[in-house]
Amino acid sequence: MATLLAIGTAKGLFLATSGDDRRTWEITGPHFPMTGVYAVAVDTRRSTPRLLAGMTSSHFGPSVATSDDLGASWDEPDQAPVAFPADTGVSLGRVWQLMPAGPDQPDVVWAGTEPSALFKSTDGGRSFELVRSLWDHPHRPQWEAGFGGQAIHTVLPHPRDPARLLVAMSTGGVYRSEDAGASWAPGNTGIRAYFMPNEWPEFGQCVHKVARDAGNPERLYAQNHHGVYRSDDDGRTWSSIADGLPSDFGFPMVAHPRRGGMVWTFPLVADSERFPADHRCRVFRSADAGGKWEPLSVGLPEGPFYPAVLRDAMCADEATPGGVYFGTRSGSVYASRDEGDSWSLVAAHLPDVLCVRAAEV
Amino acid sequence: MVTVLLPGPLRGEAGGASRLSITAAGTLRAVLDEVATEHPRLARRIRDERGELRRYVNIFVDGEDCRHSGGLATPVADDAEVQVLPSVAGG
Repeated sequence: MATLLAIGTAKGLFLATSGDDRRTWEITGPHFPMTGVYAVAVDTRRSTPRLLAGMTSSHFGPSVATSDDLGASWDEPDQAPVAFPADTGVSLGRVWQLMPAGPDQPDVVWAGTEPSALFKSTDGGRSFELVRSLWDHPHRPQWEAGFGGQAIHTVLPHPRDPARLLVAMSTGGVYRSEDAGASWAPGNTGIRAYFMPNEWPEFGQCVHKVARDAGNPERLYAQNHHGVYRSDDDGRTWSSIADGLPSDFGFPMVAHPRRGGMVWTFPLVADSERFPADHRCRVFRSADAGGKWEPLSVGLPEGPFYPAVLRDAMCADEATPGGVYFGTRSGSVYASRDEGDSWSLVAAHLPDVLCVRAAEV
Repeated sequence: MVTVLLPGPLRGEAGGASRLSITAAGTLRAVLDEVATEHPRLARRIRDERGELRRYVNIFVDGEDCRHSGGLATPVADDAEVQVLPSVAGG
């Protein structure tokens, strides 16, 4: 058993592999050089793990490729895997998220895109179809674009109920479905949108990332554009868990895949000052669902530190004890093999890290 | 025959060829439609799903930038040379 860490950067995908329980890493890449890899997934539901990469060339546009040999070779269909139907009148900007569905739907993969839309694949991520119910939602004309573009960046299937699905977007907020995507309702009650005249709107919040608790699938954690929240009712309502953090601004939010109540984030000072809190490289962890937070920095750079960590540039693996990973906009990637207690450098001097995903393969 | 010249980054989508011979002519759109029939992955690097030329891809028909000569409706003669070039962009 090896650990694979997929690192999507602004100029290609790097693959780090560890065969000694995450102590040392061998790195290949860049795969898809000169493309921005905003989305990557390791689908371990298959007998052979499948890698999925969503890459965007600034010249030649976006696409999705798959690999069934851990990145030794890649396959991309002739026809665009993700494309908007002609009647929509829009074209795909990029794929922001690739998310395998639950184990009961082994061939289903979801894709969140820019402009804000959800696509569904029923062939393991080889081809996708627009989810019309969300595209036709009456709120869609009022969804706005954040600095990174208007995109669905989070797709969270429910681990036990395939009818339930949650998506989040910047800027539009959280939307939930309880009927397998046939209909959608906003789920933003309690999330403040300080940048709007009505600070408590039904939708329009700038959600940066949402993660689902391992022990209680009704429990969710959200890092917002200012504001850190928890929901205990599957995203219907939210309450602040920002107390104890040095700042309520940041991008990632990662939940432990097996241990309920444990989450990690990487706070930045503020919207207007997007440096790490106190200009230090620290991950913050809660072991009680956001009640208390503790800084983690053993093995991380000491002294002034300025690179940010983007929304998908932090992840966890399913090993024991749990591994945590993050990559910075300065091209460094750090790993912890003890749930964040200590860290070591996996790679340095890569292009800006956009996303990371880890799995046992 | 119309000759389509491909830049290095796109030749892999045409089996390594640097030039394609296309029977369709009349307009640039017709030429690109035939390219799409033979090489669909190459074609979607050049145009998006709406059929629009990608923003940072330039096409010159007999040396003239198509964006200044009618876009995809640019006339293409039977013996024309159509050159696809990535624009100067990126960081």
